[in-house]
Amino acid sequence: MTPERRRFLGWTAAAAAGAALAPGLRLVELALARSPEEAASTLQRWGLLIDIEKCADCDVCVTACHEENGVTGHGRPATDAQWIRKVNLRDRHTGFAQTLPLMCQHCEHPPCVDVCPTGASFKRADGIVLVDKHTCIGCRYCVMACPFGARSFVHEPVSGQKPDVPRGKGTVESCTLCVHRVDRGEIPACVEACNRDGGKAMAFGDLNDRDSAIHRRLRTEPSSQIRADLALNTGVRYQGL
Amino acid sequence: MTRIAAAIFAALVAVAGSADSGRRSTERVPLPVIKIEKGEACVAPVEEMRRNHMAMLLHQRDRTLREGIRTTQFSLKNCVECHASRKTGSVLGEEGFCSSCHAYASVKIDCFECHTPTRQTRAAAAPR
Repeated sequence: MTPERRRFLGWTAAAAAGAALAPGLRLVELALARSPEEAASTLQRWGLLIDIEKCADCDVCVTACHEENGVTGHGRPATDAQWIRKVNLRDRHTGFAQTLPLMCQHCEHPPCVDVCPTGASFKRADGIVLVDKHTCIGCRYCVMACPFGARSFVHEPVSGQKPDVPRGKGTVESCTLCVHRVDRGEIPACVEACNRDGGKAMAFGDLNDRDSAIHRRLRTEPSSQIRADLALNTGVRYQGL
Repeated sequence: MTRIAAAIFAALVAVAGSADSGRRSTERVPLPVIKIEKGEACVAPVEEMRRNHMAMLLHQRDRTLREGIRTTQFSLKNCVECHASRKTGSVLGEEGFCSSCHAYASVKIDCFECHTPTRQTRAAAAPR
């Protein structure tokens, strides 16, 4: 092959790659704004990346979550529902302190789904783990099974729910990754609040999409799962842990 | 003898008449209040809605929750938007569209144990 021909082929390949990439990027945009008739697809897997170094000493994510989802308490912390909470870590020997938000980790192999006797606890095609409250009998096996303590039981009658987030007594609930917002093409409330008023520590995206910022960061930077030893392949990843 | 028979007949007629008028004045079960506040027509003909609205809601709920299909046509949120009372903003209550008919049919609904029975757009903003 002559050098000219080799160069020509190189340029053609580069042009073809560019042409292939452009529709790829467009597909991502379309995927984010899925039409209402379209079902959630296994092509996507929604997840979070939380940089603990940036996680400020605030709770805007918790406030935003509970505001968005209409999660109200009765001033009884032991039994009030909690979809997301701030966890403070402190090294006993060095005294080094960290703080991080903890919520449903949206596992690929969720223990809450394994133990549910009615099939109410389920994983959607795009990796979001949810509770079907129509079939939840309130047995709370999933609350016991979750290694992250992410699930809450609703002990008392609820009123004034948000139209997109039904909640009721006698069922179990947890972080939905703001599935109603994600289906509209928006990002979860905690991520939005963190990037607006907090330490800009949280990022949301499609873990399957090689072109997404979250995929690029997970590919190139160190990150970890909580309780990686359980091999649950969590959808929520942490940096600086 | 004929006079006694006539008196008994007259008494019977009077008793029957009073019983009849009594029935008419106090209905045993009050008819449901069906007041539709908004919208020209429902998503299906009235007869079909009366018979099958529960099946529509059941299918829609599984499609929405399990598959993430969020069409609004048969969504409960959409029902409430049109059928909530303009006075109370709710489909429940004494004259509520859902509750009054379900009380008449003696069918318990548990949709609103979890779902909100109130319209989100304010009544003033949703005339027609």
